[in-house]
Amino acid sequence: MLSRAAEALFWIGRYAERAEDTARLLDVHFHQIIVDPAVDEAETCAVVATVMGLRDTGPDPVPTTMREVLDLLAYDLDNPSAIAGALAAARENARGVRESLSGEIWECLNTTYLELPRRISAARQFGPAPLCSYVRHRAAMYAGYVASTISRDAGYDFLALGRSLERADMTARLLAAAVGTPAREDEHWVTTLRACSAHEAYLRRYQRGVAGRPVLEFLLLDRQFPRSVLHALTVGEEALARLEPAELWDSRSGRASDAPRLIGRVRTDLEFLSPEALAHGLPERLQSIQRGVSDVSESVGRRYFGSSALVGWNREEADWIGAAP
Amino acid sequence: MEGLLAGYRSAAYDEMVDADGVPYPHTKSLHEALQLLSAADLTERGAVRARSFLEQGITFSSSGREWVFPLDLIPRLIPEPEWEHIEAGVVQRVRALEAFLADVYGDRRVLADGVVPHSLVVTSSNFTREAAGIRPPGGVRVHLAGIDLVRGSDGMIRVLEDNLRVPSGISYVVENREALTRVFPGLFLEQQVQPVANYVATMLDSLRATAPRGVSDPTVVLMTPGVHNSAYFEHAFLARKMGIELVEGRDLICRDNVLYMRTTSGQRRVDVVYRRIDDDFLDPLQFRPDSMIGCPGLVNAARAGNVTLANAIGNGVADDKLTYTYVPDLIRYYLGEEPLLPNVPTYRLDDPDVRADCLGRADRLVFKPVDGSGGHGIVIGPQASDEELAEMIRKVAELPRAYVAQELVLLSTVPSQDGDLLKPRHVDLRPFATNDGDRIRVLPGGLTRVALREGSLVVNSSQGGGSKDTWVLTSRPRLPAVDAAPEVLAATLPAQAPDPGPVTGQAQQQQQGFRPPGALESGRVGC
Repeated sequence: MLSRAAEALFWIGRYAERAEDTARLLDVHFHQIIVDPAVDEAETCAVVATVMGLRDTGPDPVPTTMREVLDLLAYDLDNPSAIAGALAAARENARGVRESLSGEIWECLNTTYLELPRRISAARQFGPAPLCSYVRHRAAMYAGYVASTISRDAGYDFLALGRSLERADMTARLLAAAVGTPAREDEHWVTTLRACSAHEAYLRRYQRGVAGRPVLEFLLLDRQFPRSVLHALTVGEEALARLEPAELWDSRSGRASDAPRLIGRVRTDLEFLSPEALAHGLPERLQSIQRGVSDVSESVGRRYFGSSALVGWNREEADWIGAAP
Repeated sequence: MEGLLAGYRSAAYDEMVDADGVPYPHTKSLHEALQLLSAADLTERGAVRARSFLEQGITFSSSGREWVFPLDLIPRLIPEPEWEHIEAGVVQRVRALEAFLADVYGDRRVLADGVVPHSLVVTSSNFTREAAGIRPPGGVRVHLAGIDLVRGSDGMIRVLEDNLRVPSGISYVVENREALTRVFPGLFLEQQVQPVANYVATMLDSLRATAPRGVSDPTVVLMTPGVHNSAYFEHAFLARKMGIELVEGRDLICRDNVLYMRTTSGQRRVDVVYRRIDDDFLDPLQFRPDSMIGCPGLVNAARAGNVTLANAIGNGVADDKLTYTYVPDLIRYYLGEEPLLPNVPTYRLDDPDVRADCLGRADRLVFKPVDGSGGHGIVIGPQASDEELAEMIRKVAELPRAYVAQELVLLSTVPSQDGDLLKPRHVDLRPFATNDGDRIRVLPGGLTRVALREGSLVVNSSQGGGSKDTWVLTSRPRLPAVDAAPEVLAATLPAQAPDPGPVTGQAQQQQQGFRPPGALESGRVGC
């Protein structure tokens, strides 16, 4: 398939997942500020803003009110790291590759986008909860169409790869938010589980109260829960393997392109970790997961998309080419 | 200016404003917020709430249909000192009732000492001989209690009845709060309301703590009569929130006094059964032999100490309305304390003089069957027709043990939506308490039931009742933001920005102006 189309599909996968996970993150943390008098608004907002990367790219100092954070991470149509912006970017990418998507997927993304202004203005009036739940519903619809209306060809694999990488990255961020919340009781772990839609699945798995250790185990390592980092990485790895079958790998060194090697390394770092080491140096571990995912994403770009975005014609160069003897 | 509360006056004690229509210190902030609200706004939020309940299946079954349990959006507020008093009173009551049950099904000291007449216990239809001699793990029989409280015109909070069998309503407490925070987030930010969501986990802790001795990692299940039960939503809700299996009688099997559930990977041992089935239907070998929803052998498994039944069987003898009249004495007898929460004055009709007196002024009293629940069979004197009263007098004369008479309490009121205005509607309060053998813990607040019909004093959902979110206010300050300022704290976190995607031609176009219709400028007011 065309590199351009592949790239668009990869990013649709990432943006749709990003919008959904960001909606969960904001919804659950802000809900906690509202229901629990012991949870501090400024502190929670600072944590959320930080794990979503606003410390480097956002205003200085980091925002400390819900309204500021929502403006930056939910309502901003121009920032692809905000809910609205990610949905807009997913829809823009879809617009360019409508022929590779099913009509249902395009329509789903487009309708979601067209509906945003109305939902955002309602959110400004009544609070963000309905917007967040709208985004989650639409994301589920999108995921359902992806699962049921397109062939399992390379296009699907790029969508799946993008979604998996984003999911691993976002679960790491959600965990980072829990680490950043000062340990009072184990209640903030409930918030983290809910942000991953994992609370009920966790309870069924452990059948007891929520505590830090098992939550980490569940969200990092669980092989059956689809939002655990390990599960997401495994699904991503499978998609990559389909895109680049083992027959094409170097028969002696087993070396393929960088991407499968990098994603395999992130996964095995987690998979073969001793249980005792799990909670050790957690912020660094989460950071290295995020960095690992970025590296994979970049190498996928180099390998398949020719990094088209980074190539730009330079006027002088063009002149030079044209003027060459 | 008064808006929704225009002309608001209550004939009873009101929980929001005093007799002059002035809010109490603890309701001032909510009162102010309500002034700013329009009826249309309230209706809009109410519709959002009702739709979300229906979608989530938060319903109860009655007359063969599923109904959304009505939630009135105006919360009922309880100030902290008053709550501390209620909480202590509920704990005290549950302790005394636990002691009474242990005694009645054990040594029967209380009967020998003449505190409670022997005849009262043995004539109670809920006295269960099958429960005698069962020593439940941790000594807990009341794993979950619901104590119904009312406030009369004098402002005093009294106990109306105890529910020690299968009290229901916790799911509505949790869901009401969830709903209200979603439709009214702003209200919560101005107040400090004690959270309720963790109470289900507390209940699970109690159930695990009362597992049979020697079981370190007990398997807990919730036993339901099935989807046709009126409280099925609550059963499913609790099982989901606890992460435990929701089982029916046919999923269970007893062998050699050990309880198992049938699973795809063979039979799995069960240690604790939180059962939402009445005693009568629990075990066809012990109780009604025609019960198809129970599990044969369950009671013997409990007697052998292999499984914990929560709540224990036979608890009905302690929430019998006639036993109720002795509870203040039981508190003095077992605990050596004065009751913190008084009873509503209640009369035992087996005494001929009392009976004559009560029947003589039957039109001013409330008559209740001693073993009833859900408001069934209750006759409210002032609101009853002559035929109803005559019928009741006849029944009492025939079987005095089966009824008690109670002074009518003019329940306190809370503003509730009625069309375009808020009107006073009568409420009660059901706090929940869970006992793990060491501690009795009370859910902050509880279920406030409200009689939505004007003037009605019946709050039961089967008879036009709804519910309200109950806020226990706390003066505990929000915890200071640790020692470090937020920025410093956050500095230890990974802070990588999300990967940016490529800037596509279309995206550039978008930045240059294409906007979905109705796009907003950023920075509008609101949250």
